[in-house]
Amino acid sequence: MANHQTELLKTALYDLHVELGAKMVPFAGYDMPVQYPLGVKGEHLHTRAKAGLFDVSHMGQVRLTGENRVAELEKLVPGDIAILKPGRTRYSAFTQDDGTILDDLMITNAGDSLFLVINAACKDDDIVHMRANLGDGVALEEIDDRALMALQGPEAAKVLARFAPEVADLKFMSFAEIEIAGIACFVTRSGYTGEDGYEISVPNDRAEELARKLLAEDEVEAIGLGARDSLRLEAGLCLYGNDIDTTTTPVEGDLNWIINKRRREEGGFKGADVILDQLANGAERKRVGIKPEGKAPAREHTPILNSDGEEIGEITSGGFGPTVDGPIAMGYVAIEFSEPGTKVDLMVRGKARPAEVVELPFAPHRYFRG
Amino acid sequence: MAKKFSQEHEWIELEDGIATVGITDYAQQSLGDIVYVELPEIGKKLTKDGDAAVVESVKAASDVYAPLDGEIVEVNEELDANPALVNEAPETDGWFFKMSLTDESQLDELMDEAAYKDFVEGL
Repeated sequence: MANHQTELLKTALYDLHVELGAKMVPFAGYDMPVQYPLGVKGEHLHTRAKAGLFDVSHMGQVRLTGENRVAELEKLVPGDIAILKPGRTRYSAFTQDDGTILDDLMITNAGDSLFLVINAACKDDDIVHMRANLGDGVALEEIDDRALMALQGPEAAKVLARFAPEVADLKFMSFAEIEIAGIACFVTRSGYTGEDGYEISVPNDRAEELARKLLAEDEVEAIGLGARDSLRLEAGLCLYGNDIDTTTTPVEGDLNWIINKRRREEGGFKGADVILDQLANGAERKRVGIKPEGKAPAREHTPILNSDGEEIGEITSGGFGPTVDGPIAMGYVAIEFSEPGTKVDLMVRGKARPAEVVELPFAPHRYFRG
Repeated sequence: MAKKFSQEHEWIELEDGIATVGITDYAQQSLGDIVYVELPEIGKKLTKDGDAAVVESVKAASDVYAPLDGEIVEVNEELDANPALVNEAPETDGWFFKMSLTDESQLDELMDEAAYKDFVEGL
């Protein structure tokens, strides 16, 4: 689905966003809601308090079938996919020969197939990459007739169970095909906010119907991309293109946990030599949480300095965390400055401002692990 | 004196030779929730259309430009503790700074309220 036109694509929920009064902005080739009348801060706090509905239909949905699908996909990601039982989901990344990250993604064992969710801005490249590298016997199907929405927040489970009681039993990072209000959905208990919640793949022609049903529940508000970004930053989750990209490896990105045990022993994925060497001997830099001491947010590309005024890294995501009620950031620092508690300075508008390296996340994860 | 307005969405009110400057209701609405305002230091010399202050929403930082030549004589310290005042009362309690003017005739280049309203409607 190459898009070389200047015209923005619309998701199945476009008309609903406009009707709800959303401010629409171009994002990864789509015309997407950045905020609704409630505003970024209100939407963020509502999601942490109750439940928020996000349109993430711009993301790519892909199905891999064929007998060799697991072994072939494992050549492109450092995760143990063979160990994934049917109905289980794993966060992973496509790595390149130099060990850097082409995209991050979710991989679900859907029984007879692997179901992948990939980033909107990367989906064309990812599909080219998979088609070029997945060997014989693997068929790739782009699922472009389904929308994707996320229902996130401490009351998400209660709300969704009114339409489909079985969603209550689904554990974090699990998947099931479930009828919600009579609509055949792929449901994963996962998300990008640090809260409990679900990601729901729904046929395009039923997406608006389902969104309206969920929004009609008292607990649910529509949430735009603005709050999606502040929520994921507080949760310490990477934004591809900012915090990880084709210049960073999983080890530098503090994603060692996605390189599973068997893969550490066996290798066999793109960039394994670089990545396994960094695992054994350490990388020169690392992604960390950064908490500015004052009130001024430090945005992406803000230089990070040591106490001698030497540049030791750069902010990759930074802004204001409504739940933290203050500025928060993530960035890369030279490894000797990566210990939590290390004092650094952030160069914002020509002025060095004190900050500290901190543990992530800024807001505790509240996943449902059963 | 009645308020004047700049194309950069600042309002200016002159009283006893001192101009109070803030951002308009239109500006605060487009910025959204304001979480931080960086104000200039007292005594800072301002040049028309040069940087004067920075206003940050959850998502982004935006520059506030000097609508006139002059010098900062006072800043609204309330905004440090309560930046949301800019959203709540942009054209009254949410003012940014007061400045002395080098050339009061520069005020004539700014819009009056009716002209600013037309300008915003045309955006």
